Parts: sequence; C-alpha cells; structure tokens
Amino acid sequence: MTMGIVSDPAAPAAVAEDTRRAERTDRIVGIVQRQGALAVLAVVVLFAVAAFPDFRSFDNSATILVAAAPPMLIALGMTFVILTGGIDLSVGSLYVLGGVLAAWASQYGLLAAFAVPLLVCGAIGVVNGLLIAYTRMAPFIVTLAALLGARGLMRAISAEGSKTYLVGDDTFRRIGNGSFLDIGYPVWLVAILLVLGMVLLSRTRFGHAVYAVGGSEDAAGLMGIAVRRTKVWVYVMSGLLAGLAGAINAAKLGSGVTVLGTGMELDAIAAVVIGGTLLTGGAGTIAGTIAGVLLLGVIQNLINQVGNLNSNWQQVISGGFLALVVVAQTYLVKLRRIS
Amino acid sequence: MALLEVVDVSKIFPGVRALDEVSFRLEEGEVHALVGENGAGKSTLIKVLTGVYQPDAGELRYAGEPARFGTPMEAQRAGISTIYQEVNLVPLMSVAQNLFLGREPRNRFGLLDRARMDREAAEMLAGYGVTADVRRPLGTLALGAQQMVALARAVMIDAKVVIMDEPTSSLEPREVETLFGVIRDLHARGIGIIYVSHRLDELYQICDAVTILRDGRVVHTGKLADLERIRLVALMLGREMAEVRREGATAFSGEATADDDAEPILRVIGLSSRNKLHDVSFDVRPGEVVGLGGLLGAGRSETIKAIGGAYRLDAGDVRVDGVDLKRPTTVQAVKAGIAVQPEDRKAEGIIPGLSVRENIALAVLPRMARFGLVSDAKIDAVVERYMTRLRIKASSPDQAVGDLSGGNQQKVLLARLLATNPKVLLLDEPTRGIDVGAKAEVQGLIDELAAEGLGVVLVSSDAEELIEGADRVVVLRDGVVVGTLTGASVTTEDLMATIAEAAND
Amino acid sequence: MTETAVARPAVDLSRLRDWLPKYGVYLAIVLLVLYNIFFTPYFLTWSNVRIQLIQVAPIVIVALGMALVIGTEGIDLSVGSVMALAAALIPLYLGYGVIAAIVASVVAGVAVGFINGVLVARVGLQPIVATLALFVGGRGLAVVISQGQLKDVRNPDLIYLGSGDLFGVPVLVWIAAALVLVVAFLVRRTVFGRRLLAIGGNRPATELAGLPVKRVLITVYVVCAVLASIAGLLAVARIQSSDASAVGLLIELSAITAVVVGGTPLTGGKVRVLGTVAGALLMQLVIATMIKHNLQPSTTEMVQAVIILIAVYVARERKTR
Repeated sequence: MTMGIVSDPAAPAAVAEDTRRAERTDRIVGIVQRQGALAVLAVVVLFAVAAFPDFRSFDNSATILVAAAPPMLIALGMTFVILTGGIDLSVGSLYVLGGVLAAWASQYGLLAAFAVPLLVCGAIGVVNGLLIAYTRMAPFIVTLAALLGARGLMRAISAEGSKTYLVGDDTFRRIGNGSFLDIGYPVWLVAILLVLGMVLLSRTRFGHAVYAVGGSEDAAGLMGIAVRRTKVWVYVMSGLLAGLAGAINAAKLGSGVTVLGTGMELDAIAAVVIGGTLLTGGAGTIAGTIAGVLLLGVIQNLINQVGNLNSNWQQVISGGFLALVVVAQTYLVKLRRIS
Repeated sequence: MALLEVVDVSKIFPGVRALDEVSFRLEEGEVHALVGENGAGKSTLIKVLTGVYQPDAGELRYAGEPARFGTPMEAQRAGISTIYQEVNLVPLMSVAQNLFLGREPRNRFGLLDRARMDREAAEMLAGYGVTADVRRPLGTLALGAQQMVALARAVMIDAKVVIMDEPTSSLEPREVETLFGVIRDLHARGIGIIYVSHRLDELYQICDAVTILRDGRVVHTGKLADLERIRLVALMLGREMAEVRREGATAFSGEATADDDAEPILRVIGLSSRNKLHDVSFDVRPGEVVGLGGLLGAGRSETIKAIGGAYRLDAGDVRVDGVDLKRPTTVQAVKAGIAVQPEDRKAEGIIPGLSVRENIALAVLPRMARFGLVSDAKIDAVVERYMTRLRIKASSPDQAVGDLSGGNQQKVLLARLLATNPKVLLLDEPTRGIDVGAKAEVQGLIDELAAEGLGVVLVSSDAEELIEGADRVVVLRDGVVVGTLTGASVTTEDLMATIAEAAND
Repeated sequence: MTETAVARPAVDLSRLRDWLPKYGVYLAIVLLVLYNIFFTPYFLTWSNVRIQLIQVAPIVIVALGMALVIGTEGIDLSVGSVMALAAALIPLYLGYGVIAAIVASVVAGVAVGFINGVLVARVGLQPIVATLALFVGGRGLAVVISQGQLKDVRNPDLIYLGSGDLFGVPVLVWIAAALVLVVAFLVRRTVFGRRLLAIGGNRPATELAGLPVKRVLITVYVVCAVLASIAGLLAVARIQSSDASAVGLLIELSAITAVVVGGTPLTGGKVRVLGTVAGALLMQLVIATMIKHNLQPSTTEMVQAVIILIAVYVARERKTR
C-alpha cells in the first residue's frame, strides 16, 4: 500500500518565481563582472580629470597610452593563457630578452630587429606550450623555469648584463618614437593587435576552443577540441607578444636595457584578473584586460602627478587595489553560482 | 554486415581486468540495450568504443572494416556520437556555443557567424523542448535541459552510431518522451543506438536487443523481447531467478528496524536554498532508513550536503537528537553526530595520497591526540577495528587509499564516518561504481547500522536499491518534496509514478 | 570487475620511477659533492662549508614555510616582502632591545600571514592572487616605513645572532637547523600537520569530514610568514644593515625551487621537510660549483631552470584509479 502525499500544491509556482528572480540576479551580476573594470576605470578617470588639471591634457593621455603599450601586449597574451586555465610567468624575462635581442639585431637592419626577438621568444613559448600540454607539468612551474632560463639567456647575450646594445637602425628607432596623428606608432600597433586579438577570441573556432579548454578541459576533449594544440598555441602567442613588447620598448628607448622587467608578469596577471578574467579559466574578455591595464596605468600616472608620493606608495596602492578588485570578483562569482 | 562490432576485446588496468574478451554486435537501425551492475564494465566498453581507451586485446570493426580510434575526435569523425550521464559540456559557455562547439557556422570571411549560430541553436532546441535563451551560460539551465542540449549536439553531427549512457537520469517524463521520439527517428534513419540504462521499463519500451555484462564478461546477448525481466535481473546479478523473485534484487533484508515510538533522531525543517531547494522537510527516527528519491538534479545531493553543513542554506533548521543546529557548519554538524558520505568519493571523499590509516582517522584526530600530538597507538587500534568489521581489503593500513578498489575505498569512507560515532548517517550513492560483492556487504552493513539505532538517509539512483533499502522514500522534484512512499510493497513503478504525477501540475 | 593479479613488467623500471622523486635529490647532492671534492680546490675546507651553510640558511628557513603552504596546494609569493617588512621594522624597535625587535618582526609576519590566510580561506581567493597583492604592496610598504633609508645595525645581541658562533658553528645555522626539526615535528606528529596534509590532498573531502579547514589554512599562512620574518631578521643581523628594498629580493623563487626540487609536489598532500632542505642545499651547491669553476651567472640560471624542470617531471603524479 502506498501513500502519496503532495505537500504543497503551490510549490511549482513558487519555484518558477524563484527561478525568474535568480535569472535576473544572474544577468545583473554577469554584467557587473564583465564590465566592472571598465566602470571603475571610468570613475577613476572622472575623478582624475576633476582633481588634477594636468591630467586633462592630450599630452598626458598620450603619455599614459605609450607607457601602457608594452604591458598591454603582454597582458593580451596573458589573457589567452589564463583563459585556458594556465599561467605564464616567463613573460617578464621574455620582455627583457626581446629588448636586448632587438637592440643587438638592429645592426642587421629593421627586419632583423623584429624577427630575431620574435623567433627566439616564440621558440621559448613553443617549449613552454609543449611541456605544459604534453607532459601535464603545472604551467606555474614550467613557466617559472622558463623565467629563469630566459633571464640566463639574456644575461649570456649581454655579457652578464653589463653590455647595453644601442639600437643601430634609424627606422627602427623612428618606429619606437614617431607618431601618427600625434599618437605614437607603438600605440597604433598595439591597437591593431588588440583588435586582431578580440576577433580571434570571439569570432573564430580557435577562440571558442580557448574558452572550452579553460571552462572544462575534459568536456572539451570529449567534444572533439584539440586541447593540447590549443594550449601550445596560447603559450606561443604569449611568448611572441612578450618578445614584441620588448622590441618595441627597445625601439623607443634606443637601447636594449637589461635591468627592467621584474614583476611585469605579475603586473600582467593583475591586469587580466582585474579585467574580469577568471584565474581558473573559461571566462573573460580582452576588453576587460584593456580596462585593467589602463586602470593600472592611470593610477600610476596619478601617483606621479601627486608628486611627492614615490613609487613605493604606488606599489602599496596597486597591491591594495588588486586585493580589493579580486575580492569583489570572487563574491560576484559566488553570487552567480553557475554549476 | 553489422554496423559496429566488438570482437573479443579485453581491457586491463593494474590489478583489474575491466573487459574480458567481450564480443558485441550493433546492427543498423538497431536500438541495443547495454546492461550490467555498476562496475560490470559498461563504461569501460563505451570508452573503448569512443576512442577514450584503446583495447589491449581484440579488435573493433566499423562498417565491416577493422577500426582503431586513438582519440575521441577520431571516433566522432567516424560517426560515433556519445551522450554521457554527467553532461560533458562546458558550463561557462553559452548554450548555442556548446551546441556548435567545433562546428560553428562561419560567414564568408571565415569568421564565426554568431547571429546565425544563435538563431539555428534556438530553432533546433525548440524542437527538443528547450526554450531558454541560447546566449545564457549552459550552467544556468536545469540539468534536464542541459542533457537535452547534449542530445541535440550528439544527433547534430552526421552520426551513424549514437551511444547514450544513462540518458534519462535527469529527465522529466515529458523530456523522456522527447528523447524516445528522437530515438525512434534515428532508428527510422538506420542509425544504430547503444542505450545504457538501469531503468528496465525504459529498456523494454524502446530497445530491440540487449547485451548483459557482468564482471567484465558478456553473460547474455540477444533480442530483448525474448528475455523475461526477472531473468534479465538474475543474469545481471549472477543469481538464480527464484532467489531474485524471493529476496529482491539487493542484499537488503527488508526488515524494518525503525523505532516507531521514539523521537526523531533527525529533523529537517524547511530547508531552502535559492533556486535549488524549496522548503524541504522530513524526519528520521532511530533505526529508520529514509530514502530520498527523484531525478538527477532534483536536489537530493544538495539536501544531504545541506544537512551536513556543506551547502549554503538561505533558510531552514536541522535538529539532531533534540539539539537544534539551525543552519550548521560542517564542523558543527559532525560534532552533533551527523556523518555524510558524498556522492563523488574521488572528488569529495577519499584523500588518495594518504594511507588507509590516515583516511579513517581523519575526522577523529583530536580524539587520538593529546596536547595536539598524535598517538599512533590509538589510531592503530581504531583502524584495526574498522578494517576488520568492514572487511576492508588492503595490503596494509599504510597502503595509499588511491590504490584500493572502488568498493574498498567506499568502505574506508564509511569507516571514517563510523569512527565519529555518528547518530545519523547520510549516504549519497553508497554503492555506485563498486563491485557486486562489496555492494552486498555495504547494503548489509546499512541494515546492521540501522538495527543498531542509527538514523540513515539514503540516496540512490538505483531504484531497486532505494525501494528495498529504505523504510520510507521521500520523493523530490526540483527541490520540492512531492510525496512520500511508505509500506512494504512499494515498487519502482510507484516511485516513477509519483515523480510523473507531480510533473503534470 | 574481476580483480585478477596482472603480471607486471620489469620491476626495476616502476620501482625506479617511485624512488627517483623521493630520493633523487639526495643522490644528486652526493654526486655533486663528490665531483667537488675531486675537482674543486678548497671545497672541503671548513671556511668554505661555513660560507655555504650561512648562505643557504635563510633560504632553508623560508623554504620550510613555503613547503607547508605548498602542502595545502597553495603558494606564498609574499615571503620576500615579509622579509622586507621585518627588515624595515627592526631598526625602529632595536632601541628597546633585541627582544623587542624580534617581537616586532614576528608580529609583522603574523599580520601578513593572517591577511593571506583570510583571503585564501575565508574569501576564497586563489593563493597566487591573494599573496600577489601582498607581494606587490608589502615591499613598497616596507620601504615607506624605513623611509627608503639603509640603516646600520649595531646592537651586539642582534649581530651575535647573525654573525656569531656557537660551538664553532654559526648561530644562524643552529637556528635554521632547529627550525627544520620543529617543522618536521609539526608535520609528522601533530594534529595540525595531519590536517594540513589532508587539506592539500583533498580539500572538499576534509571540509565534509568536519575539519576546521579555514582555521588550519590561516595558521599555515601565518607560520609561513613568521618563518619568513625570522629569515628577514637573520638576514639583517648577518649583513648588519637593514635595507628594505633589497632584503629577500627574489627569495620566493629560491624557496619554491628548493621545495619543488626536494620532492614536495605542487598539488599538495605531501610535505618532504628533509627533501626541502636537500633541495635548498642542492641548488646552493650547484650555484657555488658553477661560480667556483668560473661559469657565468647566466649559465647558472639556465642550469637552474633545467634542474627545476627535471625535478618536476620526475615527480609527476601518475593518474590513480
């Protein structure tokens, strides 16, 4: 004998209302998460424009953009890597290596000045990608080793960091310092690459593959995505972009400086995370990364404006800011509760 | 000529022969059932067919030619499409993106045509009864809807063989009808289907042929219509038909040990969690086994986790032996005498790198220590006791738990729970993925523990196990309690009917 | 599924694969020491051994803390900044005596560790991001506190800690050795240690089992930061000056390398204390050997990179059932 007791006939309606409310919250939170960085950037810029007269000048904006060009390239590559659920700690070293190689190779002409850093840094990216994709070693460790190796290579080429190559090719120098419509060539170059990157990520099968690998590697494999190949490609891209960023910087400075670069990888990670990309992969946009890089750049610029705050305070503020943003992000993700 | 053929295939893992010279034929347009207990080798066989594993012996023949699938992609390209029980899609990506992943429509510039993708996805899914916005992340859909998306995707590619692994476990009756409609359509087109399921009614409704696996071997293959249900169950279990008829399909004794006069040892009142649980309430008396029934995604695991403090509750109250916990944390729940055995022992149960000893002693370390220093002697005593009582087979207590068989891992988890001297046991799929022998032992153990006065809450997607093991079954649907089944002669049909009846509101 | 015994192939290969990650680092040290005995002049002199031990001691101390954090499947990038904070605070409190200075450094460690721990355990941030924030901001804060100035240390008690000897062995080394024993004891014999390993092995499982996971995690990060602050204190004592911008620079890299080379897996669940010490020693030996043989620092770095890769490759977990 069975007794069936329906406990609450009104339950289905209550469930439906709950679902609708949940969907609404979900949509709002999703928007905040994606556009959060942009919103904060807008607020900060508004504040800066109101409080600091120097900030409003076109020159200042141009300065911010030019300074942000190399970090932007690095962060672009880092976005792809983090979207697949990985990380690339070697970009800082590759950036310096790229700069030194570009300066050294510039004696052989413009083409060499770009080709050599791209080839070498790209090759290191290939090694990173192959090790990570085919041997299941943690990206953290593999790229950490690459960080050391690339730094060693850089030192070997520059006689233990003592030799600073001067850029020999004038065209190369002009690329770094010239401008079109009063905006530096590097900024244009970066803008083009950013657009290409956005198209690649959101409008190609490869882009979808990147999101799938980061979202659920196992499912992506079962759905037929070439997981390992996708992973190799993102690390190659990251290496190439870091090398390119270094070359551009060498062109601008006119030499291959050997002492920069510490912490650039962490700046890039911070920018990507602030921009709304999940460290675990599978969600995020390049637009967010752009906002993140610009935000950090604007803050840096503001601190310089204030004048008596030295770079150490800048570090403190950056650190605090990063913590704040990431905490906010984590709570937003919890609110969405996607299975 | 058979569409897909498996010839004397064996697959060996360290210490285990998962498939032992298995032979199997799928004809064109045939709907072929694949049955067997958990651990009989069904998933391994499917993984061999879909290119996840390669056979260690024997061969595959596809459309008459020998075939070797090195990767899932190769099998897919050859026309073998699969739907899994756990929806193997990407929750963070949109519904449309998931549907078209890898085959996204492109415009004349070679770039993805998003508008077309979204439009075609919406059209296609409407035919499957999915009306959600295709741009939303897949993970925001109910599990049943997600499964329909997986089904649509599987059918979309030019498949010649479609393999369905427990496809209805999360589907509403209405969605099951849609699924059957799709199957009949595929059948008419000459596509072969391999249908894996526990639900015998469904099999008899939709399948032409059946192959029964037990312990990695084929024990029967042939037309389904020629096989009596009782005989099918008996073959699956390896028991005599008469015995099955008499004692049921499981090792549960069927004796009720509940103490009807006592106060409930567990009272669950009004558990609610946004969008997942709605006012779930029930009682458990000492010695009673209460089953939680319902489809995958109905909220059974969430209810169990919520009682154990591991799932965020917006409202509700948990009372153990008269003590009011309100919405407990896991620490409070364990202290109060609640013990939870999770559904996924690999992800949330065992600590694979640690030894059997360490795993068993995990929850009671403070009791085994003085001033924070661990006493190995005390631990040894407790571990010895439980290894004996539960008959845990390991080379020694120091063996890494990850190396044990599924059944023994499950027993180690139970030992961990029992070591805390719980008052209430919450078991989520305690016999999933373990061999027949261990399964019987665990079921017997549950009977014993109930007889000793523990309150037990049991979740099982094996309807037989649920019906025979529980004194009462509380049926959940979409996080709402829709009915309770009591009595000695409850059948699995009653369970299905209760779920279906609620759906017609 | 039938459980039949399956004939195993050549036993040697699989046993080697198990043995190498656990003991490979010791073998490497032995080989390297032998090489040095034969080919490096003055290698076995006490003055050389002394120098090596003094140089490796701070790294060992920081690596001990790092090993504990890695054991919970986490990471702590802020250890260098903690050292800097300790270095910045010492001159301010040294006027009240060496004990006050020690207390101040340790308190700084506790504070940073607590913040890290709360971010990881309560807020739920990824450890790399949580400790990244303090990595970026901590050193800056330290330099601000010290007003960018390099301060000399003249307190004799403190100098004794950093440069003095006890029974012929540097006090620094005694302290490091003592800390090794303490941490080893913590991991093997205490409830805290067992819980730590369980959390690293499978965090959801330990939560479900009712363990106070948040409390343990916060404690782990506090211990790590305190160890780093002690290392900072000793570094200042040794060079007898406090430079917040330079103390502990890049030490997180050395610490992580030591832990990984020593056989502790990044995936958590296992902490090899002696292995960590061996890892630090091995890297120290490698660098010293190459310097003694006039190899460039650049080559040293590249060799370090390769060693890390080999160590991690060898120690990879094979998929369990």
